[in-house]
Amino acid sequence: MLTKRIIPCLDVKDGRVVKGVHFKNLRDAGSPVELAQVYNEQGADELVFLDISASHEGRKTMVKVVEATADQIFIPLTVGGGISEVEDIRLILKAGADKVAINTAGIKNPDILSGGARRFGNQCIVSAIDARRVYENRENRYVIETSRGKCWFEVYIYGGREPTGIDAVEWAKRVEKLGAGEILLTSMDADGTKDGFDIELTRTISEAVNIPVIASGGAGELEHFYEAFASARADAALAASIFHYHEYTVGDIKRYLKEKGIPVRL
Amino acid sequence: MRIAIVDYGMGNLRSVYRAFEYAGAKPVITSSVEEIEASDALILPGVGAFEDAMANLLPLREVIIDSARKKPILGICLGLQLFFSESEESRLGENGLGIIKGKVVRLPENLKIPHIGWNSIEIKKKSRILEGIKHGGYFYFVHSYYAVPQEDVVVATTDYSVDVPAILEKDSVFATQFHPEKSGKAGLRIIKNFVEIVRE
Repeated sequence: MLTKRIIPCLDVKDGRVVKGVHFKNLRDAGSPVELAQVYNEQGADELVFLDISASHEGRKTMVKVVEATADQIFIPLTVGGGISEVEDIRLILKAGADKVAINTAGIKNPDILSGGARRFGNQCIVSAIDARRVYENRENRYVIETSRGKCWFEVYIYGGREPTGIDAVEWAKRVEKLGAGEILLTSMDADGTKDGFDIELTRTISEAVNIPVIASGGAGELEHFYEAFASARADAALAASIFHYHEYTVGDIKRYLKEKGIPVRL
Repeated sequence: MRIAIVDYGMGNLRSVYRAFEYAGAKPVITSSVEEIEASDALILPGVGAFEDAMANLLPLREVIIDSARKKPILGICLGLQLFFSESEESRLGENGLGIIKGKVVRLPENLKIPHIGWNSIEIKKKSRILEGIKHGGYFYFVHSYYAVPQEDVVVATTDYSVDVPAILEKDSVFATQFHPEKSGKAGLRIIKNFVEIVRE
């Protein structure tokens, strides 16, 4: 039986893992290779490296980090952040990553998704979507009923700083057609709250597309992962701080899920 | 022992290379007919589309078919699918390698495609490639098409609403639909087992 995946995410800046809240008050949290190894030992199903380097030099360092990690850890590795052209995809995959997560560049230039999928295969292309709720009943938007009233989900780019006006449900369907093999869906409302994943967002997108959806943003408790799979029908769940601050290990989450009847690899 | 990883421009070979190194082999990545002929065993990796792969593989087609008769060969993911003569993914008809009888078809459309993630295997037959691997062991799959062999070659399957052949064996030909180089310890064990088969 196909298991639900638990995916730790590491923010990497200039070759070091950093942790902070909303990219602020960043503290050095160690070497990416060493932390990747720790999560691998805990039973992580995949790893995501998010490159938050602002400089060209920092990005070049990322390639080295990917090489060093992929040489030692034999589970799938996804790299996101700052990928803006097909050549960036090629370099990251060549370094040993299995997939790239593409966010802003896909909105600005959808050809990167289709071109990347054609050249490297759909399975390499993860469309990263950052979405935020907009509480209004607007025409030509996919509006859902929630406990707080009608809302639709708007796509944001540039690390959540810029709204696009684009409907996340429509965009999710579009990236599937363009050739994305997976969607990494981050709720900006839930991100950093530790109140749980945005179940309504995740379920809405998961039901709208026929490719796997990775839920992200808001994980704080064990039951949040259960809800992501049981209620929101996510195929995988991604989290960062819950692991970095040693609140739970990947193993803790998986054992909890198994007890609750969710298939996991243990 | 010379193990050749066939490079035909489809996907990242670094992880495959490193996984074989980890298992104690010293593989070479090559697209040379001579090197492939001189090798003791072949790895046919691959991600991407069947049609592109067959087009890229054309100059090596004969040497691979010939090698498969004489020495151990391991197909991984798309590499497994290329062993068949035809795939629904290709519009070019029967242009696969034709090493195993049968064809490659698309996963049912009511499922999430690609089939991505760790799935457990059900062992159907004893095989040296499964040494140390338990029934129900997990491996990492990423694919949209799957093989339907017309001969008795299935060693293990995985359940994705349909029975997907996960490991195949026919004489000296082995193939996995999953990525052993991305399947943690269990995957490395499969690679080690293949290396042992080459040694014998």
